[in-house]
Amino acid sequence: MTAYFKNIKNGFKPKNYINYVVITLFLIISIISQPKTSTTTLLANMGFAIILAVSLNLVVGFLGELSLGHAGFMCIGAYIGTFISNQIFDAIGSKLVVLILTMIIGGLIAAIFGYIVGFSALRLKGDYLAIVTLAFGEIVRDICKNIPAFGGAMGLKNPHRYGNNLYIVAFVVALIMLILIQNLIRSKHGRAITAVRDNEIAAKAMGINVTYYKLFVFVLSSFFAGVAGVLYGSFNSIILYGDFSFNKSIEILVMVVLGGMGSINGSILAAALITFINTFLQSKLPGDLSALRLLVYALILMIVVIFNNAPALHKYKEKYSFSALFAKVYGKITDKFYAKHPEKKQARITDDSAAWNRVPSKIKMDEVLSTDILPDDKNNDTDTEDKRDE
Amino acid sequence: MNDKIVLKTEHLGITFGGLKAAQDVNLNIKEKELYGLIGPNGAGKTTVFNMLTGVYKPTTGKFYLDGEDLTGKSEETINKKGIARTFQNIRLFNNMSVIRNVLVGLHNQPEFRCSPFESMLRFPRHFENEKAMRDKAKELLRIFGLEEERNNLACNLPYGKQRKLEIARALATNPKLLLLDEPAAGMNPNETEELMETVRKIRDEFNMTILLIEHDLKFVSGLCDEITVLNFGTVLAQGTAEEALNNPEVVKAYIGN
Repeated sequence: MTAYFKNIKNGFKPKNYINYVVITLFLIISIISQPKTSTTTLLANMGFAIILAVSLNLVVGFLGELSLGHAGFMCIGAYIGTFISNQIFDAIGSKLVVLILTMIIGGLIAAIFGYIVGFSALRLKGDYLAIVTLAFGEIVRDICKNIPAFGGAMGLKNPHRYGNNLYIVAFVVALIMLILIQNLIRSKHGRAITAVRDNEIAAKAMGINVTYYKLFVFVLSSFFAGVAGVLYGSFNSIILYGDFSFNKSIEILVMVVLGGMGSINGSILAAALITFINTFLQSKLPGDLSALRLLVYALILMIVVIFNNAPALHKYKEKYSFSALFAKVYGKITDKFYAKHPEKKQARITDDSAAWNRVPSKIKMDEVLSTDILPDDKNNDTDTEDKRDE
Repeated sequence: MNDKIVLKTEHLGITFGGLKAAQDVNLNIKEKELYGLIGPNGAGKTTVFNMLTGVYKPTTGKFYLDGEDLTGKSEETINKKGIARTFQNIRLFNNMSVIRNVLVGLHNQPEFRCSPFESMLRFPRHFENEKAMRDKAKELLRIFGLEEERNNLACNLPYGKQRKLEIARALATNPKLLLLDEPAAGMNPNETEELMETVRKIRDEFNMTILLIEHDLKFVSGLCDEITVLNFGTVLAQGTAEEALNNPEVVKAYIGN
């Protein structure tokens, strides 16, 4: 047991755990301040967005496959969760127990569909997989619309709304998911997943079971999307199939792109930011002006893309990016600490400081954002050459 | 050197449509042997490698590793059974640090087995494995003189070191047979010299059997115990370096009449 804690202590890097602390603090402050109903709605939506964005980042950022059907998994979770909760609510009676049960069931059923979609990821790449996942999302939505038990086009009614405190559950679930996904990424399995992304042929030659990891990531990601869907369903009094349209998938993808593919903290921040801006602008812009919020949305995205990619802005980026600012602050604190305890500096494991968060992804931002079909990335071109060669 | 045969191929061949890329390739590679596979461009050398690693499924013939038939198995399975390779055009995991590249190579070692759920819930085994894997990776990097650079991104290494890292990563999978695809390509004479030393060292320290493709005849004749010469997918000559390279057919294939 002591050895276990010693292991944790040896590998401990505060930077890796800061997001847990921030989310916990954020949640505690929210609970203490006893928010109004409008604020709880915002907080709950933030929670859902964080779960969706981080789970999509697992597929897009870490596995490097473009999925446009995340709202489809969410749709499955929402419909199944609400349907089951309507059936079993009277037998159980406790809202929280019902919610937890439905989260597990809804998540598992979404995961089964994730497994099926994952199979297409084994054969298809890039644009083609994007098309398949996109179609999947739309098909699921339409099927749900046409099932009589799910209320048809009128929507599925949910008489047992969880209530305003759902944001607490949402954040706790988000935190649990964050711990699980971060632990996965920072393990040998995370290395295998990123190896598949970086160079599939080399990963296979190293004996990495590509099939297994692709399916695993799709299943895990769709499980959490399903859970987010169940939470979303239990927060609303009616579930409409229109809520899970293609736009929803794109909104989640924008969060991932905005936060940086392969960056978990970035996804969290972007998810919170976009949800906030959405809600804020919706309340501030009266009447027809509310259409402008989509413009603001686009502007933010453009600014971020330019800031990240323009060579002229590179030195500002180095100075003022989140990681640079953090390194500055953290460096000052640690410098002071090590000035007092020089012997501890030696003892620290300085190994392997290259952060996961800065790993660039196979899918380039402009490829995702442009509507043109771009030629396959360079990697794939050389693949075919290599096989033909000699 | 003993006479135990590690890799045995029987009439190995593959056709792409009407093109006979490799035909009737018979190799018998003994334990701890350095075996060279040479031939002009387009002779089918990399095709043979791709068949031996499962990228292509041979259309005729079989191959055996330590007596076990591995014909038509998947790339992952063949790697797990003990054939590791490097690539002609380097294929590192460019966006990962040097040590992580080697750690990926260690992924399948039975002593580091750990399910994703154990990692996600941070079971004690996860920490033990990570520590042991890291130690082993560092040890491998030390042998190749890459220990100092272990935290750099793989794509930032100079060319020669990338080649070495690729070999280190292949060795991390603990193979019985190592396939090197043009390890000296693009290297200057000094680097080639150094690489020869490295390859010999690998053979001696790891008791490794090595099959390599190379165009540099000096490299091959200085290093290999035995050579097979391919041309247009067929075997031209087999034997010790001197025998094979002085074979009139081989001279003809390389220089012309």
